[in-house]
Amino acid sequence: MMIYQQAPALLVVIPLLSAFAVNISGLFNRRSCFPVALLAMAATFGATLMTLHRVMETGSFSYRLGGWPPPFGIEYVIDHLNGLVLAAVAFVSLLAVIFSRRSVEKELPDKVVQFYTLFVLLVTGLLGMTVTGDAFNLYVLLEIAALTGYALIALGDNRALVAGFNYVILGTIGASFYLLGVGHLFIMTGSLNMADLLGILPGLYGNTAVFVALLLILVGVWLKMAFFPLHTWLPNAYTYAPSAAGCLVAPLVTKVSVYIMIRIMLSVFSAGYVFDVLSVAEPIVWLAVAAILFGSILALAQQEMKKMLTYLIVAEVGYMVGGFWLATGYGITGAILHIVNDALMTFCLFAFAGIVVYKTGGSRLSDLEGLYRKMPVTMAAFTVGALSMIGVPPTAGFFSKWYLILGAIQAGSYHFVAALLISSLVNAILFFRII
Amino acid sequence: MKSLVAEYNYWIYILLMMIGLYAMLAKNNLVKKVIGMSIFQTAIIVFYVSIGAKKDATIPIIAHGDGSHGAVEAAIDVAHYANPLPHVLMLTAIVVSVGTLGVALAICLAIFRRYNTLEEDELQERMQ
Repeated sequence: MMIYQQAPALLVVIPLLSAFAVNISGLFNRRSCFPVALLAMAATFGATLMTLHRVMETGSFSYRLGGWPPPFGIEYVIDHLNGLVLAAVAFVSLLAVIFSRRSVEKELPDKVVQFYTLFVLLVTGLLGMTVTGDAFNLYVLLEIAALTGYALIALGDNRALVAGFNYVILGTIGASFYLLGVGHLFIMTGSLNMADLLGILPGLYGNTAVFVALLLILVGVWLKMAFFPLHTWLPNAYTYAPSAAGCLVAPLVTKVSVYIMIRIMLSVFSAGYVFDVLSVAEPIVWLAVAAILFGSILALAQQEMKKMLTYLIVAEVGYMVGGFWLATGYGITGAILHIVNDALMTFCLFAFAGIVVYKTGGSRLSDLEGLYRKMPVTMAAFTVGALSMIGVPPTAGFFSKWYLILGAIQAGSYHFVAALLISSLVNAILFFRII
Repeated sequence: MKSLVAEYNYWIYILLMMIGLYAMLAKNNLVKKVIGMSIFQTAIIVFYVSIGAKKDATIPIIAHGDGSHGAVEAAIDVAHYANPLPHVLMLTAIVVSVGTLGVALAICLAIFRRYNTLEEDELQERMQ
């Protein structure tokens, strides 16, 4: 039962140490990188399942790193929310590593070792961000995920380099804003532990510095999740990234950033402050409406499938941010459910795009003709993913969209309902063009 | 005017940050953008380090000069010691910013090898 107790630490330690293992085994034999990475991802997924099981059994719990008590030491806090996100992230990374084998051999034959090292490090960062209960520790892991993400994207061909460079600049601005926000909180409270901050902040709700901290952190995570109008780095970076890297980065990085937003707003500032004391929710929902419409309409204008999918991600981020800031139970449920569902849907679609690139060498929409006869199973899987993206009833996408719409009606935000419906319609047009 | 003098550390960090932000967004040369990014991150480090400093305070190490622990502990006054935590946090942030700088410069190098230029407008032309 030792492993069961240590699972929250293991799910960060396993991918971290496996980065060394991948690198060292790659020195001897380049082909051994894939099995090592696969084993690491499988073990990580096992650790997240154990963590999730423990949360389901005993409720939320905290893991003290090195045994230091919370306000001084760093603690990992696992509750039902991040237990679920952890399992989803680890599951998608396991699928992505399985997908990556042939794709990496074809697209990046000289960079297999680098690819898998960065891959497991990126997973380390994402899982660490999700599990940590310390605001500064979160920054460090955010940067681990970001730096490996830049490198993974820049592994691609020529245009990926320039897209990767823009991502470095904007991503660094985002992370720096987050750090600055945490600094303001630290000045006001003298603490960096999330639970501790939640306890201290109520006395400071009228304070301007705390409000500035909230805005800085929000802008920082919005840059990271590519929330309209801060999305400009995303479409090019994800389009020109190597297919296997896109399969990991596109589904997970934006979703984990949305999770970070929800976590900071609820577990540091508290729902009472962000929804009742401040009146920022209404304009943010309008921004989310703009994100959904903008992403959907630009997706419609694309001739290249990967680029179309990246604009859909911009729209989907709008769903989740808007759903959270509706400030109703259904809306927040929908946003959280959509984190998990969208990670899986986006993975499905990007994996499909990767397979098309692998088989036909291009991913323009005109290359997709006649694929039903050539690859029936792949196309069937793509159809399920596409139906889920549209939100057709038996698929996962329907349920999160349903909760989001219920939440919007509850909050009286009919503009958000309209945006969701328009976006679903646009998705239907987009995907029926392909199917 | 009073806040300009009394809180000059904040003004310096805001000035540095704006210089960095301007360079990142407005400069045409990619290496100049990277320099701007570095200035931007340094501004935040200056901000953190300055909030840990106090007037007439010393390093946060308790001197056990005479060997009598009890007496020394009674005499500790936190006002006489600088807050070490922001400085320690910034050690990590410096490592992160060096890492970011390395990745950014590596990408610049790869771009230069491929396109033979680091000017953004020439890059746009050659990518067509």
